[in-house]
Amino acid sequence: MAQIFHPAFNTLARASIFGSLFIVAGIAWLAYGIQKSPYLTQQGIVRTQPVPFSHEHHSRGLGIDCRYCHTSVEQSSFAGIPPTETCMTCHSKIWTNAEILQPVRTSWQLDKPIAGAGGDKTSAAGWVRVHNLPKFVYFNHSIHVNKGVGCSTCHGEVDKMPLMYQASTLQMEWCLKCHRAPQENLRERSEIFNMSWKPPADQEKRGKDLIELYHIAPAEHLTTCYVCHR
Amino acid sequence: MSDSPLNLSTLRAKLEASGGRTYWRSLEEVADEPDFQEMLQREFPEQASEWGNAFSRRNFLKMMAASLALAGLQGCTKEPQERIVPYVRPPANLVAGRAMHFASAMPLRGVGLGVLVTSREGRPIKIEGNPDHPESLGAANVFMQASILGLYDPDRSQVPIHLGDVSSWSAFQTALAPVIAAKRLNGGAGLRILTQTITSPTLLAQLQTILKEFPEAKWHRYEPMSRDAVHAGASAAFGKRLDPIYHFDKAEVILSLGSDFLFAESGSLRYSRQFVDKRRVRTLGENGRPIDPKTATMNRLYVSECMPSLTGAMADHRLPLKPSEIGLLATAIAKELGASSHEQATTLPASTLTWAKTVARDLMAHRGRALVLVGESQPAEVHSLGYAVNALLGAFDTTITFIEPIDPHPDSSAESLKTLVEDINANKVDTLLMLGSNPVYTAPADLNFLAAVKRVKLRIHLGEASDETAFQCQWHLPETHYLEAWSDVRAFDGTTSIVQPLIAPLYQNKSAHEVLSILSGRPDVSGYEVVRSHWLNMAPTGDFETWWKSALQKGIIEGSASPSQAVKINALPVIAFAAASTGLEILYALDSTVYDGRYANNGWLQELPKPLTHMSWDNAAMLSPRTAEKQGLQSRDVVELTSGGRTFRVAVWVLPGHADDAVTISLGYGRTRAGRVGGTDKYQLGFNANLLRDLQHPQFAGDLQIAKTGKTYKLVVSRTHHTVESRSLSMGIKPEVVAHPENSEKSDNLQNRKLIRVATLAEFQSDPQFAQKMEEEGSGEKAAGGKRVPLPQLFPEIDYSTKSNPAKHKWAMSIDTSSCIGCNACVIACQAENNIPVVGKDQVERGREMHWIRIDTYYAGSLDDPETYFQPLPCMHCENAPCELVCPVEATVHDDEGINNMVYNRCIGTRYCSNNCPYKVRRFNFLQYTDQTTEQYKLMRNPEVTVRSRGVMEKCTFCIQRINNTRIDLETLQVRMEEQIRNSTSSADRAQLQNTLDETARHTLTNLETACQQSCPTQAIIFGDQNVSLSPIALLKQEPLDYSLLEELTTKPRTTYLARLRNPNVELNA
Repeated sequence: MAQIFHPAFNTLARASIFGSLFIVAGIAWLAYGIQKSPYLTQQGIVRTQPVPFSHEHHSRGLGIDCRYCHTSVEQSSFAGIPPTETCMTCHSKIWTNAEILQPVRTSWQLDKPIAGAGGDKTSAAGWVRVHNLPKFVYFNHSIHVNKGVGCSTCHGEVDKMPLMYQASTLQMEWCLKCHRAPQENLRERSEIFNMSWKPPADQEKRGKDLIELYHIAPAEHLTTCYVCHR
Repeated sequence: MSDSPLNLSTLRAKLEASGGRTYWRSLEEVADEPDFQEMLQREFPEQASEWGNAFSRRNFLKMMAASLALAGLQGCTKEPQERIVPYVRPPANLVAGRAMHFASAMPLRGVGLGVLVTSREGRPIKIEGNPDHPESLGAANVFMQASILGLYDPDRSQVPIHLGDVSSWSAFQTALAPVIAAKRLNGGAGLRILTQTITSPTLLAQLQTILKEFPEAKWHRYEPMSRDAVHAGASAAFGKRLDPIYHFDKAEVILSLGSDFLFAESGSLRYSRQFVDKRRVRTLGENGRPIDPKTATMNRLYVSECMPSLTGAMADHRLPLKPSEIGLLATAIAKELGASSHEQATTLPASTLTWAKTVARDLMAHRGRALVLVGESQPAEVHSLGYAVNALLGAFDTTITFIEPIDPHPDSSAESLKTLVEDINANKVDTLLMLGSNPVYTAPADLNFLAAVKRVKLRIHLGEASDETAFQCQWHLPETHYLEAWSDVRAFDGTTSIVQPLIAPLYQNKSAHEVLSILSGRPDVSGYEVVRSHWLNMAPTGDFETWWKSALQKGIIEGSASPSQAVKINALPVIAFAAASTGLEILYALDSTVYDGRYANNGWLQELPKPLTHMSWDNAAMLSPRTAEKQGLQSRDVVELTSGGRTFRVAVWVLPGHADDAVTISLGYGRTRAGRVGGTDKYQLGFNANLLRDLQHPQFAGDLQIAKTGKTYKLVVSRTHHTVESRSLSMGIKPEVVAHPENSEKSDNLQNRKLIRVATLAEFQSDPQFAQKMEEEGSGEKAAGGKRVPLPQLFPEIDYSTKSNPAKHKWAMSIDTSSCIGCNACVIACQAENNIPVVGKDQVERGREMHWIRIDTYYAGSLDDPETYFQPLPCMHCENAPCELVCPVEATVHDDEGINNMVYNRCIGTRYCSNNCPYKVRRFNFLQYTDQTTEQYKLMRNPEVTVRSRGVMEKCTFCIQRINNTRIDLETLQVRMEEQIRNSTSSADRAQLQNTLDETARHTLTNLETACQQSCPTQAIIFGDQNVSLSPIALLKQEPLDYSLLEELTTKPRTTYLARLRNPNVELNA
């Protein structure tokens, strides 16, 4: 019987066996990449909001404290999204005719929650949630900001964001990195709302001192499931 | 379970032959047929784990392949976009993300129960008891807690209905206007208003105004199960209608003649707290100060009743008697005490007379500290006799006081409804307004209310649901839930509460106040204005605003309790009892879950296993084993009952401890228009006992006949589900012997697992360590000379003390089996707190009920009159948890504080953990049980707890959401206060701040309550941080009564039990 495969197929076979390793590795690399990619994590993606609110302008430019709007950040799990009333404390006096603020005025006049101008997806009521954790994660703002984790540690330098986006991946791996070694990120309580805080050179030592001072639970507790999941 | 017939006489012989105090959970267990054995060894009953739907193997494999292929992608889920909707103007004091609590009150049969409602962002999500309220005292019964589901019931009426079509309030007002105008001209002739029991001062004032405006109109009140006999008895004895208030805190010997004062009667939450407080035995006082066990005292409870009740289960001596014989027992006791000279009692058997004599002696020996209660189901004569006995016992003004009834309607319930029907039949009624009642369903059959109501020209019904009565009316008006409307209500002792709404009406509903305003021609007045303006006139002089705010905040109006009335017995009551009937009797009772049918559409209550029977989704005719034998009946047989010439088909259930020659059936089932849960015209749950009841005998009747039909009915009873396997059974020695000092030697030989440990008070006093001495050979901890020595174990020893970390908590629970009355409050509390779904009758039958805490009920002794023991069983949070070792994905793991964590997002549903749990406390979502589509239910869920979906295991978490939130608040406070301390310059200030901080920390940790603990009326469940020295939980764990379940498995459960103590009368024991 005649030979079915040409001897050259031997080389092809060897090459493909060798190549398959790369293919498997490639698929794994691709999956890892997708899983980390902003497509899934939404990291760094600006969302369309009813009003193009600029943290850069309000926080950096005007120097308004985070807590002026996010009132419950020190007492509650939820940092709080300002009611229309908060916007209107200033905007009933300034920029009263600005077109981009129309949704705010409409909300105030009609006593209806703030909503997009209409016509597209943004017309739904409310702001698009930027930092959106899965429903089985119970994050609490108050315990973090009271114990030395500053806003910028998770949210990045919000005062340099004209439009809000998510600075971190918000993946569990990212949370655990800090829960395993909080000393890398802890700062003095007076520095919590300082957006441009950077870890000093002796952060390791300072962090460990703050763990003592703020009674931060050891990693064996901070990494148990029920701390975040319930 | 199999439906193979049980031979009751064999069972009885078996129990007698075993000698001593035998201990069992169900008739099936005693019978110990092979299928019961199989069930024990299974994690769930047969087929519980199988898919009920027709689903071919081929499809299954396809699905498997697809799920495997997609499994890899599961990690790559993208969070769906979500919107945050802010307020326009924020409500005062609201902090987003934190719960708020408001005091209000729930009316039940007209009686106000103080509630404390948890509200999240404006949505009420959980009901607790109001600690300031005289009845609830911080506890909440099943009806209060389940009422939150009633608010969000999608079957509630949402718009006015006219002749079956959607209408509007304005249309109703237009239609009513000419009627009102005509009535004004003729003084209201032909107008009748029918209500349930009303105690709301505002509503009563409104009714009075209307009756003044329309002098010819009449107000009728009907309550399916009323307190009429109690009031009538007082009228006969004292010459005026009075309501007794009991003071169990002063009572040492108590006799209950058919009164279920621990669960069913008005005031039961307060009564059960007081009752249990008087029988709690501790050897360590508040600050760890030792108390000599010899000085321990307990009250003593004698109960005579027909249907086994929760009160009967707590009795030290219980005598099952059919309802008519209870009156005779009362005369026998009265005669013994010299309160009556009747001879009729002699028709009772000699043993009963001896019982009566002994009880009478004991009562007399405790003169001034004794109390006799008569149940609502007993006739007025027995009540007068009871008052006479109490007078002789010196109970007046000590253990019993009297107030004017909070229900002001002078007529009895039956009389009032009868007059209405007579008037209708005499064509005297042309307009009937029914406020919040359902008489078409609840009226006794002989009245033929349905036919009568159809004769009325204009029929208007106000109700929460479009029920049987609404269906017969031209106008059905949607009524508000009590959490939606302003009102007021009086508690059992007369204390008034303002009912304040937690949420605006979800639909176009209006309250009774607003409907009566329409009737009096003021349709625009809101319920708030009506209630507030009433109190503007009634409030004491002074600043009204302050008074009003304080009334709302406290949930009660201070000092509004009715003053107690001085009473004097007119004369010894002359009582002519008919001799006890010789035939069968039928007793009607309020259902322990659906009440008189008003909660039939409440899934939580339908699925709740009824106390003692553990039946859910149905009612049945209860009868004793001996009666069943006599009639040749088995549980689940359908029989035809005949009483008063009416017949009625019902399934029977054989209930140990029921009185012979009597049948008990609860009301509230067989509804035809309750809703999708409780029954429609297409399908019904259970049997409507109202079809048999007659007006003359609303409580019990004596002419019952039973005929077998040869049919059977599917009754679902979860009593045998999740039975903890005992070694005696697995070793073929049965039935089990109860752990009791008198046969401790024997039980050691039998090597059974002593799940329930019992001793009498005297036995405890002679050997306080008895419970720990009952521990197994080779058990985890063994008492040696009063000191527990841990046994060696293979697991690494983990240090949970504060040595390594001073902030370490050691969460633990202690459940007192002496205090547990088996009322199920904890089960519903857990369901509401933890978003536990309802699974339905079919799924319960397969053993798939999802309750995280169950109340195991054990019997000891004979088939005919067993002792009853309750044991609530949540997850034990074993330190060496067997479930954790077998999970392939580490979805259940231990945390550093000893809590057994269940991580839903990791669980892949192998169910290995559940298989390996010796306590059978894990629950699996076999199907998608949680309704994730109905909008109303989304509002109700606790946002602090994950809503589980299909394929996930779940179990008690020790309310980890409450632990975490408390911990976060406490640690936040600590950091802030310590900063203050550091910044403070004066050392005195520093010391004071430190002191405040320490106090607050201790207070917060000892006051952290799980949901089950918070709701418990008798404080049987205590939870806390064992590392806080001298905290209640730390002290309880050192009590000699403390024991663990199955400790020989070295699981080291964090939930332990306190052994049950009883206080029997030695004279009766002999």
